[in-house]
Amino acid sequence: MIYLDQAATSFPKPPQVVEAVCRALTGAGSSGRGGHELSLAASRLIFEARLAAAQFFGCTDPSRIAFTANATESLNLALFGLLEPGDHVITTVQEHNSVLRPLFLLQRRGVEVSFVPVDGRGVVDLDGFSRALRPATRAVVVTHGSNLTGNVLDLDWVSRFCREHDLVLVVDAAQTAGWYSYNLTQKPLDILCFTGHKALYGPQGVGGIYVRPGLMLKPLKVGGSGIQTFSREHPQEMPEALEAGTLNTPGIAGLLAGIRYVLGQGLAAIRQAEGELTRRFCQRVQEIPGVVVYGDFQARERLPIVSVNVQGVDANRVSADLAELGICTRSGGHCAPLLHEALGTRQQGAVRFSFSHLNTPGELDAAVEALGRLAQEYGGKQYG
Amino acid sequence: MGEQRVVITFQTTTQAMAWERACKERGLPGRLIPMPVVISADCGVAWLAAPEELELLLSQAEELGLGYDQVVELK
Repeated sequence: MIYLDQAATSFPKPPQVVEAVCRALTGAGSSGRGGHELSLAASRLIFEARLAAAQFFGCTDPSRIAFTANATESLNLALFGLLEPGDHVITTVQEHNSVLRPLFLLQRRGVEVSFVPVDGRGVVDLDGFSRALRPATRAVVVTHGSNLTGNVLDLDWVSRFCREHDLVLVVDAAQTAGWYSYNLTQKPLDILCFTGHKALYGPQGVGGIYVRPGLMLKPLKVGGSGIQTFSREHPQEMPEALEAGTLNTPGIAGLLAGIRYVLGQGLAAIRQAEGELTRRFCQRVQEIPGVVVYGDFQARERLPIVSVNVQGVDANRVSADLAELGICTRSGGHCAPLLHEALGTRQQGAVRFSFSHLNTPGELDAAVEALGRLAQEYGGKQYG
Repeated sequence: MGEQRVVITFQTTTQAMAWERACKERGLPGRLIPMPVVISADCGVAWLAAPEELELLLSQAEELGLGYDQVVELK
C-alpha cells in the first residue's frame, strides 16, 4: 500500500507515539481528579504536553494552551466563544467546513460574515480583506494552509491587517501545525486552533487551542474540572476554563510524543523533504496528458498537497481505481465547498495526493505512473 | 501536639503542576497532597511544606512567575 492521504491523517504513526499512548493507558489515571499517584501521573503528563505544545508554538505561558478533541472543536470554541449577534467577521473562500459551518450557524443567529474570494489558482485575494471591512468587524478567521490546494496564506500580512484594524485573528492551523514554525511570542496571533493527528503525528481525537493572554472565550461546555467543586460556575481560569470533562490523557500522551518526534526530526528538515517530494510529484503529474492540477505552484512555499483531476472523469472514480492499485488518496469535496465552487470542481470533485516526509520518491513515482496509466485508459471515454 | 505545616493552594491543576515541576527542578522543599478538608472539600491538590520553608517558596514563586491561590497554616 502507498499511503498518500497524509492531509487526512498522518500514517504510519511513529512507534514512540504508539508506545506513549500504551504507557498512558497502563500508567495514568484521571488528571485533576485526586491526589493519588495515578491521578498525579496523568496531571504531570498533561502538563508536560501543555508545556511542549506551548514551547513548540513559541508561547511562554503553557496555561494559554487548552486541549480539545480536534481542530474542529477548537474552531467551534473560538467562533462560538467570541462572536455575538451584530458582530461582523471576515473569512475566506478557501475555508474548511470546520470554519464554514460554525459561521453559517452563527449567521442564522445574527452574525454577519464576509467571504474574501480566491483567484483561479485558489489564491486568496488579500485586497478583499480591506474591501470586506466594516465598523462592526470584530474578527478574521482564516485557514493558514488549504487542505485542497495546498496553498499557504500570507499569515504575516493578515496578522498586520488585524493589528491595524484592531481585529481578533483566529487561525485554523489544522494543516500547518507541525509544518510551519509558529512563534507566538515574536509573531503574535490571538487564537490558534490545531489538531494533533496530522503533521504533529499524534493519534486522532486530540487537538488544542491557544488563546492569547487577556482574551476570554465563552466555553462550549461546562462541567467537571477537578477544582472549585462547590462553585455553581465553571472555573474561568485558563486552561481549565475550556477543558470541562475528563481529558483524553492517552491521546495527549501521543500528541506529546508526536511533538517530540517532529522536534527530533527537525521542522526545517521535514519541510525540505516534503517540499522536494511535492515538487517531484507536481512536475511529473503535470506531464500526464489530460491531467489538471489545482493550486499555486509558483508560490515560495506550499503544503505537501497536490489535487488533480483527469479531464472528464469523476474524481471518486479515479480515487477508487487508484485504491484498487494500492494507492490511497482522498477524493470528493474535501469539506471545502466554497473553494471547490470557486475552482469549478463542485460536480467533479478532485483527487488529492498528500505527502509526509515518511513517503519516498519511489512511492510518488509509482503513484504518477498509476495515474498516467489510468488517464490513458480513460482517454476519450466518458465516465460517471 | 502536631507538627505545624503550611499548605499552598492553587486555582487550577495546571498551576499545581507548574509549581511542582519548578520545585523539583530547583530542589525546593515540599510535596503535593490532596486538598486538606479543613481548607476545602474541593477535589484539587495542594503543596505541603514546613512554615520555615514558606519564605523561600514564595520568593521563588515570585521570581518564576508561578501562580497560586492561598497560603494556609495547618495546626
